[in-house]
Amino acid sequence: MYSIVRKKQLNETVMLMEILAPQVAKKAEPGQFIILRATEDGERIPLTVADYDREKGTVTIIFQIVGATTKVLSTLNEGDSLADFVGPLGRATKTEGLKKVAVVGGGVGCAIAYPVAKKLHGQGCEVHAIVGFRNRDLVILEDEFRAASDKLVMMSDDGSVGEKGLVTDALKRLIESGEQYDEVIAIGPLIMMKFVSKLTKEYNIPTVVSMNPIMIDGTGMCGGCRLSVGGEMKFACVDGPEFDGHQVDFDEAMDRASMYKDFERHAYEKTCNLFQREVE
Amino acid sequence: MPNMSPVKNEMPSQAPDVRNKNFDEVALGYAPETAIEEAKRCLNCKHKPCVGGCPVKIHIPAFIEKMAEGDFEGAYQIISEASSLPAVCGRVCPQENQCEKYCVRGIKGEPVAIGRLERFAADYHNARVTGKPQKPESNGHRVAVVGSGPAGLACAGDLAKKGYEVTVFEALHLAGGVLVYGIPEFRLPKAIVQKEIDTLKELGVSIETNVVIGRTVSIDELFEDGFEAVFIGTGAGLPKFMGIPGENLKGVYSANEFLTRINLMKAYQDERTTPIMHAKRVAVVGGGNVAMDAARCAKRLGAEEVYIVYRRSLEELPARKEEVEHAMEEGIIFKLLCNPVGILPDETRFVSGMKCVEMELGEPDASGRRRPVVKENSEFVLDVDAVVMSIGTSPNPLIKDTTEGLDVKAWGGIVAEEETGKTSREGVFAGGDAVTGAATVILAMGAGKDAAKAMDAYIKSKE
Repeated sequence: MYSIVRKKQLNETVMLMEILAPQVAKKAEPGQFIILRATEDGERIPLTVADYDREKGTVTIIFQIVGATTKVLSTLNEGDSLADFVGPLGRATKTEGLKKVAVVGGGVGCAIAYPVAKKLHGQGCEVHAIVGFRNRDLVILEDEFRAASDKLVMMSDDGSVGEKGLVTDALKRLIESGEQYDEVIAIGPLIMMKFVSKLTKEYNIPTVVSMNPIMIDGTGMCGGCRLSVGGEMKFACVDGPEFDGHQVDFDEAMDRASMYKDFERHAYEKTCNLFQREVE
Repeated sequence: MPNMSPVKNEMPSQAPDVRNKNFDEVALGYAPETAIEEAKRCLNCKHKPCVGGCPVKIHIPAFIEKMAEGDFEGAYQIISEASSLPAVCGRVCPQENQCEKYCVRGIKGEPVAIGRLERFAADYHNARVTGKPQKPESNGHRVAVVGSGPAGLACAGDLAKKGYEVTVFEALHLAGGVLVYGIPEFRLPKAIVQKEIDTLKELGVSIETNVVIGRTVSIDELFEDGFEAVFIGTGAGLPKFMGIPGENLKGVYSANEFLTRINLMKAYQDERTTPIMHAKRVAVVGGGNVAMDAARCAKRLGAEEVYIVYRRSLEELPARKEEVEHAMEEGIIFKLLCNPVGILPDETRFVSGMKCVEMELGEPDASGRRRPVVKENSEFVLDVDAVVMSIGTSPNPLIKDTTEGLDVKAWGGIVAEEETGKTSREGVFAGGDAVTGAATVILAMGAGKDAAKAMDAYIKSKE
């Protein structure tokens, strides 16, 4: 069960894995997520579905090595199996009726934005993809985005790839140039989604963001993934993970995401040391 | 000659100041001679009021008679005719409100310690049982059980014994539901739960973890796959919050999250990477058994001061008396007639305190309990760095939202007939907290057993 059929390093810290999980693959839709445990005794972590193949029965995940669990996950190889893989969880992205959409992806968030762009493009919607990375070495899914969009704008913090600047700069320019979007879908770091939402609010363009908060069960039991949307408490796992970007309290979400920062750093270092020792 | 001692034989336990630093079981169980002595307190009354108080109608005097004779295995066999999880229920049932409440010995003294005897018989059996239970011959009918908590396990067990091919679907990576994620190790060792689950597997029950019914597979698809009846025992659902400022600060947990990190994800074990806050001063808001569990867990994680904050008085506290006493012995501080009005942040947005008001009891409300009202000018700040909200749950929407024709009540609980668990959808039965809202393990188990009977009748009626 849950064997790794393909593993590919996308950049220094981002990895792709295609996992055999026919039940999940059968139902998965863009915007939904899975929860996995890499090993017995491991943590449960949520990851958004990056792609799926219903015939092969596989689900693709793309993750950044940021903590102990993703570190352990990255050491598994093709043929190995994950301890657990459950999903699809959350609600799928609503794509019906959209004729022209700007899909904005930032960093590893592009992995989640891609299937959304692909689905929209596949159903005849005009897709403008704006993707941003810190630098050239961190670019992922460039060819995929090119194939799934009518226009692709790449941005980087240092100008080493695409244009120098933020995704909001590119989005603003497109809007100012007269592009009329039915919706903007922004998926990336919280700070990016916050500023995309702030920008589109000025232009009154409906905006959907994908939240990826701390969670345990992913089915509406623990309440760890709660966030404020329009002043109301919502649970990302059952009510989301996508929400109206103009209603989300991003500052609070950023606070909550940092709850275990110290703990995680410690666990990550411990895990790295463990692997270091095994290598020595 | 019955033992006429007016009091129960005491339960040997770990000393409070020892146990509040470990997660080992608090109550250690009777020795065989104590069990016999306690069993002899039973008068074996003809009208058996205790049985009427048991949600699953265990033949209590009959099993206690066997205990008094020293035939512990015989006692176990009698219990297991009616109960699917005796080792669990002997530990977590609120006996004082059920069987023991009606015990004749309770009129002039303490009732017979029925729960402790049940636990002894079950532990005796589990320690000695050899050989696997006989897998019943299949009757060729397939049934699905959604959720592997007490309701689901009881339903699955009874159906398997009747020859059904039972598949249990569990959303988490481990079976047991609230028995594994909610109730802490020190009250219910997980090895006991695992043993009960292993027994079910030996009876032929198949357990599929990592399947979320309503997401991975829908109820309709279960029927398409050939299941002839479905039991929904998905438990209580989404945690409630108070709606006061500061509930999304770092350091505020729902009891479900706090307990799941500790029990299911074993955050108390050093070798695990599950994050949890090791707070110094913790407020647990609420007065139920879950609140007691959360408070006692917080203490064991090393908190210096742990408060139970409850808006009514000790008398109205809904938790079991035994749990309240255990908590008090372990040094949990009870802030009664006290209600939070806001949680305060420090400069990094972690909890730095909880603003509370004092309450007093006014006229009785709809529940018959005296309504707590705020005392004027009584606001004060409780100095805490973590808050656990343990004020109940509201039903999980996943199955309701994906199953057409399944009626739910205004508050979201599934509509189901009390005696049978029948829902508004043909072939779909439900029971436990998903129907009643948060209740007890034994009531859920009872509902699972009733539904099993009704599912059997339903499938036979179609033949």
